[in-house]
Parts: sequence; C-alpha cells; structure tokens
Amino acid sequence: MAATLSPPRILPSGDSAITVEFSRHIDDTANQRVLALDRRLADEPLPGVTETVPTYRSLLVHYDPVLVDFAALGDRLVALAELPVPPAAKMRRWRIPVVYGEEHGIDLEDVARTLKTTPDDIVARHVAGDYRVAMIGFTPGWSYLSGLEAFLHMPRRQNPRLLTPAGTISIGGVQTGVQCLAGPSGWHLLGRTAVRTYQLHREPTFLLEPGDRVTFAAVDAKTFAEQDRAAAGGEIVAELMTA
Amino acid sequence: MSKLVISTIGPASSVQDGGRHGAQRYGLTPSGAMDRLAIAASNTLVGNAPFAAAIEIGPFGAAFTAREGAVRVAISGAPRNADISGCAVASDTSMTLADGETLTLGFARGGSFSYLAIEGGIAGELVFGSLAVNARAGLGSPYPRPLQAGDELQARAASGAPERRIELPFAVDGPIRVVLGPQDDEFDDAQKQLFLDSEWKISATSDRMGYRLEGPVIKHLHGHNIVSDGTVNGSIQVPGNGAPIVLMPDRGTSGGYPKIATVISADHGRFAQTPAGKSFRFKALSMPEAQAEARKFAGLLRTLPDRLRGIENFELNIEALRDANVAGSAVSAVDARTWQTSSPADAPAQD
Repeated sequence: MAATLSPPRILPSGDSAITVEFSRHIDDTANQRVLALDRRLADEPLPGVTETVPTYRSLLVHYDPVLVDFAALGDRLVALAELPVPPAAKMRRWRIPVVYGEEHGIDLEDVARTLKTTPDDIVARHVAGDYRVAMIGFTPGWSYLSGLEAFLHMPRRQNPRLLTPAGTISIGGVQTGVQCLAGPSGWHLLGRTAVRTYQLHREPTFLLEPGDRVTFAAVDAKTFAEQDRAAAGGEIVAELMTA
Repeated sequence: MSKLVISTIGPASSVQDGGRHGAQRYGLTPSGAMDRLAIAASNTLVGNAPFAAAIEIGPFGAAFTAREGAVRVAISGAPRNADISGCAVASDTSMTLADGETLTLGFARGGSFSYLAIEGGIAGELVFGSLAVNARAGLGSPYPRPLQAGDELQARAASGAPERRIELPFAVDGPIRVVLGPQDDEFDDAQKQLFLDSEWKISATSDRMGYRLEGPVIKHLHGHNIVSDGTVNGSIQVPGNGAPIVLMPDRGTSGGYPKIATVISADHGRFAQTPAGKSFRFKALSMPEAQAEARKFAGLLRTLPDRLRGIENFELNIEALRDANVAGSAVSAVDARTWQTSSPADAPAQD
C-alpha cells in the first residue's frame, strides 16, 4: 500500500486561479507530483477548471468562479494531490541536435574556465545528461529541463543579456533549457539547436510537453545550418525515440 | 464586403478579443482585451458575441474610414471626443459609416483604452481560438502586430439595423480591490500594510505586459528570488527594487518574483484604464467577497444585451454630444511617454 503523500499548499492567485504548491524549491519529487496532478486533471477534468499551468514546484489551476468556489475546488485538488503518483502512461523521449560553442554558444569557453575543465568536457557532460521537461514558460516554447548534473550547476550571470538567439541551449542554476524565440536571458549560452519548440502552422505547434524526456546530440555547424533550413520549412528536426 | 481603412492610429492599438486560452502551459500568454467590459459593450452594440475581436485603441487618437460600402461600428471604453465628418458622436453607441465617411477619435480622457467593434466581427485566422495580437510571439490576425495607418480590415456590409446605445453602470472610482497571495508570506505584516495603506501611481513605462507602480519600496522577507511559478492577469509581483508590477494580459506565463497580491477579476478593466500618474489605492478583499464580485461581474457581462436602448430622441443625443465635447483632451508629456516599449534594462525576470 502506498502511503498518502503530504498535502500541498493551496494558495489563492486572485479569484479565478489556485496555485497548488508542492514545494518552495526546485525539487524533482515535487515536479513529478505537479505533472501527475496535471495529468489527472487532463484525464478527468473537474467542473469549472479551465486551464492548468505546470511549473517546477506548483500547478496553477485556472477556474471559473461562477461554476466552482475557491474552498470547494481547493479541497478537491488537495484530495487528488494526496493520491499516489501513477507512472506516466506514455513517456516520450526526444533527441535534440545542438551545435556547441563558438558563435553558437558564446559562453562555452567561459563556463569551462569557471568549472576548471575543457569545453569538450562541458559538451560531453551536457550531452550525457538525461533530462525531463519540468516546465515550459516565460516565452512560448521556452522549455526548462531538470536533470542537469551537479558539476554543471552555475549561478546565473550577474548581468542578464537583453537579447539571446532563437534556439539557444543554455544552463542556469540547476537547470538547462531550450529557448525557442530570441529574447532576454541570464543563463550561460552553450549552443544552439535548429529545433523549433514552438512554430506556427506546424503540427504540433508546440513540440515538447511538460514531462517529456530530452537528450542532446552534438552536431557540427554545417549540419546545424542544414537542419535550420529544414526546420524553417516546418520540418521537425528533433528525433522522437521510443521510451 | 466593405472594408474599414485605418487612416491614423496611435501606438498601443491592436486587434484584441477574449484572449488565447489553453496554451499557457507552453509559455503562450493569453493576451486579449485590457478592459473586458468595454470590449463586450462595444460588441454587444453591433450584435456581436461579447468577446469577438475588436480594435483596441490606445490613449492616442485614431481615424477609420469606410470603403467599398457602409460599415456599422460601435465605440466603448475610455471617454474621448468622436465625430463622423465633423458631427460629434457619443461613446457607448453604435453608428453606421457610409462609404467614404470617416470616424475620428480624439485622445482618451480619464482612461486609456477604447474599443471599436465592427458589425460581423473581424475576419482573420484563429490561433488557439483567438485573433488577439501578441507581438512578441508574432501572433494576431489579420496583422500580427499593432495596427498602423493604412491597415485595412474586411468588414461585413452594414446591416442597416437601428442604432443603439448601451446603459452601463456608473464607473466606480474606489480603490483597486485585491486578494492577498499567492506569496504574501514572503512579506511581513508591516510591508503588507504599507502596500495596502499607500498611494500608488502607474509609471509611464507601462505596457500590455505589466503596469509598473510608483510608491514606497516594498521589502521582501527572504529576498526577491523565488522558484518560478505561474502568473495570472492581475498578479502583483515585487521585483528586487521593491517597486511592484501588476501583470497584464501580455504577461510572461511564469515569473520568479514573489507575488504579494492579485487584482480581483472584476477590477482588471478599471485598473487597466487607470491613467499613468493618477493616484490610487489598493484594498484587500476576503476570498468570498472577491468571488461574489466575480460572479456579479459575470452577471453584468451576461446581461449586456438587456442594457441596449434605442436612440429614439434628439434630446438624448444632445446630452451625449455635450458629454463628448467636454474639454480637457490635452495630452501631457507623461501620457506621451506612457506607451513606449519599456527600456531593455527592465527585461523581465527569468528563472
């Protein structure tokens, strides 16, 4: 018999959303519970719930206060969250090609220096990782991955960059990430991928789902350029592996 | 098919609707109208669904011309002077532009956003069920960007239906009501009291992503970094400099700053319409109070068609004209700066 899990905190996010908080920290167990509650609500929707947004440590549940009130929905969510975490039914695993270093990953050398190793070692370690999409947020398709090995944990940059390229693969804190659109970032840029995690007029519009497994494969600049052209035309250049 | 040609339009004007829902889990923010009551009122006036796509017009003026036939439209939202070929028209009414006629709108007075609804709605390509412009994500239809002079919107030929006005409840001018949380425990009681007792002003560097507040510095209990979690319209986050930011419909879907409180949904539109530089206060409601307000607001939206009235008498129009011609439309330097893109140094927190 699985033991009942500790209850999450039910926090009000205004009158039409509840934050179900499992932890205050980046915590793999908490993230698994977030994703499990998210799956339950997708499989068996609760009346009044309109949208769910998983993050590392909490699930944001949007609801219609005309149909259900805070106290009643909060009780239901606690009850569901205390159930044992079921194994994910269909786990997908993606292999994402990355061109590391030089103009594609301008921080690779610095990261290697700071961690007192070589750029090749950083790449080897990053490629060896088995990651999970913990959450997607900030901007469309920005996928935050958990599972970065401790050796690569680094504080974020003192001065965030105002513009980093589309497709950037970076590390920050205990996380690594796949960025889709160009935008600001305070993370360390290791490389770029041609994979668009978000692309209009492509099926699916969003490639990665919270909970998906991700590994990276190093490619050369020429391959990246070819993949980038293919991806611009709507091709999915990430490889979907069997789980 | 007629069309509506945009002759002139200011910044912060775009096609908006009820927003894009269901993709916040992928980092795609909902966007949608800043003032839901006003867009619903304008749509109701021309017989559209309340959250059909309409033109959200920023604080500056605009002019629209009917081409290739008549177009029936309605305006609601921030009060402003309006005329058709020199004849003043009132807000919260429908009107038909004959082929070649131009509707000219002045600066917003005492608010920020107006809505121009077009009978039959706006034709475009839905993405996640919405035409709303989200310039950062390259979304929105027919133009995935703010509107510019020269843009054209396809419009249904005017039906010739009798024109209407809509009787909206008097705007409340009280405090902006909030529910504390989700991270109010990141602030001690004195700081929460300071937040609730102080006068605030909306900074000139505000936009559809967030309204920055000017007032006292709010100090955190344990520092300003939390592990990112989800945001909602009206989330009031407090970044490292202690100056709160109220998140608006183009917000990031997650954020790494503690959120001291959340504006209640019934007050989102009223808050969005608060002009830069005007003082206001917050007031905390209990959750049951806030949800009662949300239900009341939903009831108001549902019963908007019952508030339609005929424009039967000339006296009434004179009143409306008088109202529309109230002076005071000069725009201050502060207003002029308000809708510029926030400076890059204010790049949002990423966790």
